[in-house]
Amino acid sequence: MPNTQYPIPGLLELALTFNKIALASFGGGLSAWSREVVVVERKWMTEEEFLSALTICRILPGANQINLAVFVGVKFRGIAGASAACAGLIFVPVLIVLALGWFYFAYSKVPAFKNVLHGMTPAAVAMTFAMALKTGQKCLGSAPAVALFVAMFLLSAVVRVPLLLSLVICGPFALWWGWPRPKKEAA
Amino acid sequence: MSPKTILQILALFGTLSVLSIGGGNTVLPDMQLKSEANGWLSPKQFADLFAISQAAPGPSVLIVTLVGYKAGGTGLWGVVGAVIATLAMVFPAGLLVYITARYWNSAKDAKWRKAVERGFAPLTVGLVLASGVIVARSADHSYGEWILTAIATLIFTCTKANPLLVVGAAGLIGWIAGNFGWIHP
Repeated sequence: MPNTQYPIPGLLELALTFNKIALASFGGGLSAWSREVVVVERKWMTEEEFLSALTICRILPGANQINLAVFVGVKFRGIAGASAACAGLIFVPVLIVLALGWFYFAYSKVPAFKNVLHGMTPAAVAMTFAMALKTGQKCLGSAPAVALFVAMFLLSAVVRVPLLLSLVICGPFALWWGWPRPKKEAA
Repeated sequence: MSPKTILQILALFGTLSVLSIGGGNTVLPDMQLKSEANGWLSPKQFADLFAISQAAPGPSVLIVTLVGYKAGGTGLWGVVGAVIATLAMVFPAGLLVYITARYWNSAKDAKWRKAVERGFAPLTVGLVLASGVIVARSADHSYGEWILTAIATLIFTCTKANPLLVVGAAGLIGWIAGNFGWIHP
């Protein structure tokens, strides 16, 4: 694998890593946490590899973050790695959610953590913005890249076009621009 | 929990798993209608469970765990229902990702893979920024929350502070501000 040096993680390490990602994501921001750990901390993937994996995981059915855990797990340890990463991501959260659900049905009220959440959601949103800024610095170095970025943002956040449709619109341009060309035209 | 309920859980979440293109949130309306039709949850309960799954750490798709828990009857059988629902939601989609990832890894040096990696990167950054905006909007950000978002963004981008500390501090600020009625009275 180019540009990455790391010992291939074992099953336990995969599970523990994704457990850490899941537990860090109070209030949201799972994608940003995944990048923080998988790309920055462990260097398991390059920036571009991670970003393309993220979009592939969004296109495929299923929860994006579970898909990403499966994707990373498969890269290192095949089906066992996928199961370990996925189990690591959801095991403790399932226990927490079950405990909260038990409380909810036993006392028929939502546990009182709303105020804490009002602070954590902005932080999770901030982490998502920071991820966009950091990854943007690395891969928005040319006019076509910026155009693709702006088009995708406007389509999904302002026009609110479904993901698949916006990819049908932007995808062909992205692939055409990204297609490897002979040396003379280095971007 | 009757065998019929187990089959209902398997059928519902197994189907939703394959249909949830774009993420778990896309099938929430279907999930709500079916859980009401099956007599598992009222619309109000569904909304409350959604809030709980959003607030808890981990993927928000774990609302299916809670729906399965209620479908099984909230006791020990509820836990069984929760596990079945979670597995039914994870497995079919996970299998598709597994096949895709295998194919992706075997095409390490293919031109099309290079094109996807380079070309999709700007698109993904656009999507990530959009998801931040959409979450902020749906969480009904007040001025105070936008200021907190801006400060935290600056800290994340310009310093090497541990993100977990920042999230914790923001939670503390939210708790204090909430208790004093500064945000969302």
